[in-house]
Amino acid sequence: MVNEPKSVTSEPIRLLLIDDEKDFVKILSKRIRRRNISVTEAFSGVEGIQALRAEEFDVAVLDLKMEDMDGIEVLKMLKIMAPRLVVIMLTGHGSAEAAEQGIRLGAFDYLTKPCELEELLEKIREAYAHRQQGERGKDVL
Amino acid sequence: MSNNTQLTEHYYRSLNRNIILIIFFVSIIPLIIVSSTIYYQFRASYHEKVYDHLRELVDSHTRNIDHFLQEKLGDIRFLAASYGLDKLQDEAFLQSRLAALQKSYGQDFVDLGVINADGEQIAYAGRFKLARADYSDADWFRRAIDREYYISDVFLGLRGIPHFIVTVRSSGKDGYWILRATIDFVAFTTLVENIRLGQTGFAFILNNRGEFQTTPIRGPSTDMMASKKIYTEFLAKSTDSPDQVHIAVKAVSSRHKNIYIAAFLKKGDWLLVYQQRMAEAFVDLNRTFTITTILMVIGFVGITIMAFTLSKTVVRRVAKADSEKQLMRKTVVESGKMASVGELAAGIAHEINNPVAIMVEEAGWLGDLMEDVDLGEGENRAEFERAIGQIQTQGKRCKEITHKLLSFARKTDTTVEDVEINELLEELVALSSQRAKYSMVEIRTDFQENLPTLRVSTAELQQVFFNLINNAIDAMDHDGGTLTISSRQIDNDLVVTVSDTGKGIPEANLDRIFDPFFTTKPVGKGTGLGLSICYGIIEKLGGKLEVESAVEKGTTFSVTIPLQSNTGGQDTQVSNGLNS
Repeated sequence: MVNEPKSVTSEPIRLLLIDDEKDFVKILSKRIRRRNISVTEAFSGVEGIQALRAEEFDVAVLDLKMEDMDGIEVLKMLKIMAPRLVVIMLTGHGSAEAAEQGIRLGAFDYLTKPCELEELLEKIREAYAHRQQGERGKDVL
Repeated sequence: MSNNTQLTEHYYRSLNRNIILIIFFVSIIPLIIVSSTIYYQFRASYHEKVYDHLRELVDSHTRNIDHFLQEKLGDIRFLAASYGLDKLQDEAFLQSRLAALQKSYGQDFVDLGVINADGEQIAYAGRFKLARADYSDADWFRRAIDREYYISDVFLGLRGIPHFIVTVRSSGKDGYWILRATIDFVAFTTLVENIRLGQTGFAFILNNRGEFQTTPIRGPSTDMMASKKIYTEFLAKSTDSPDQVHIAVKAVSSRHKNIYIAAFLKKGDWLLVYQQRMAEAFVDLNRTFTITTILMVIGFVGITIMAFTLSKTVVRRVAKADSEKQLMRKTVVESGKMASVGELAAGIAHEINNPVAIMVEEAGWLGDLMEDVDLGEGENRAEFERAIGQIQTQGKRCKEITHKLLSFARKTDTTVEDVEINELLEELVALSSQRAKYSMVEIRTDFQENLPTLRVSTAELQQVFFNLINNAIDAMDHDGGTLTISSRQIDNDLVVTVSDTGKGIPEANLDRIFDPFFTTKPVGKGTGLGLSICYGIIEKLGGKLEVESAVEKGTTFSVTIPLQSNTGGQDTQVSNGLNS
């Protein structure tokens, strides 16, 4: 496999990618991993929750439109299970309400799908920085 | 489109022609039929009337003259029977009788004479010195002596003056004797001369040898010459039908026709002829004919003028109505239809979004891998990069399309604010001015001042009018024209119209222009979503988007936005359940 994750930095971002579009998840995770981010793939809301139960993540990318479980419900679960997890939502074009609702529920930000990889990476890095900041803030407290 | 115009012109031309023909047929033919029928009826009855009148005239005069002659004869017979030869031989007595007759009848009786069987005048009373005249050789004497009574033709006699005589034969002891009275020719002629009508109508009397018994005072000599044959023909009838009135018409010259009415009198000896120029006898008829002809010509000219002007007017009105009809062919889109089309479009957009995203990412992945694989710097590498770039570019294009589709179908993330519609339009005009200039389009604005503000999304409203303005400029591309943007407040609505003078929208397309993906532009030049999106946005604001179009004349889009209800737009929830 040429697409083995390459650990460049000592502490890669731990990313959980939840989307029921398998092929999309697979190719996206390959490309993200290549950019020194550790990606765990979840092909449904349930799988995402299970993955979060198994290990800790810094950032989650969550598609709001999935077959088995509504993205908003998954978001609620994730925030309950790991309040410090920074969630970036992927929304369809024109579903601003859902995204706004997500933000009220504690999501970090949202992107309109399909989005540019660079855009997504940027958001992920921002989210990670936000988490680090939050961690430091918590330490201070 | 010029072919179409030609067809239309041809249509109007043939319409024009047909109207003219119809007017001609329904007006002129009845006019001709009615006029000629009336004229011929009139002509026939008028002829009859004129002939009747002339026949009556001749007949009554014939009887008059006959009566006159009989009367004179009666007087003489009475005289002869009453007094006998003895008394009448006495010239003084005869003179007194003549005076008595002249007293009763004026100067009708010129003289009286008593002639014995030998032709010798034995007594005479009168102004001529004819006493003892010998008439034994006179033509009239020979005739008179053979008959009981006799009325002579006109002759000069011994006195050398035209006259005629009335004689009565009686028998005395010495054989026959004759009482003769001379009738004044002038008095007699007057009877006939009195028959005068117009300039050319006159009467005269012929004897059976065709000699004039009265003077035909007014007949043109050429007429008389030409009429000879007719007189002869009439005279030939004296034995067959002496009591009838005869009528004949004969051309006396190339220009004139005469009408002849004739009747016999004096038991077929004499013929009373009345003759007159046809033209004069029927002068009223000719006048009627002239009037009828003039009226027909006037009618013809009037109908012609009317046919042309009327058809022109009608065709112009029809053409105007046609173009107005087309102009008034407003399209009000059924919202139900648009909603279902919107749902369909949004569904498709969503379904396509994911595969496209995967394709784009896979291409990106290939790009990523290219960094590791050594393909050298050859041609192939450049081709790989180009191909990957192309996949990503086209992927983005797909994404734009699906985004537009979704914009049309559902509420997008928008911020509602107070919008000054005129300001917004001004900005858009400024933005489009460069393009308009390039397309030779003049932009005119007609804004109503002090319009209330709208609480809407600026971006959305910009999108609507930007689309409409661009479409208008597209419609006038190459040929140029005028783009007019107006804003008005009508009751509780704000109405903005965007009118162009471009090529217009064909009727067949008018119902489809709001359908997603409907476009007349070449493939790749337009997605056919612009108006769908505009429609979606305006519909969401509770407004109306309408279009009026006439081919080759232009198109007007009217956007109506309610001023009151749009404040609630912010809270409007997505209604068609297409959230991701």
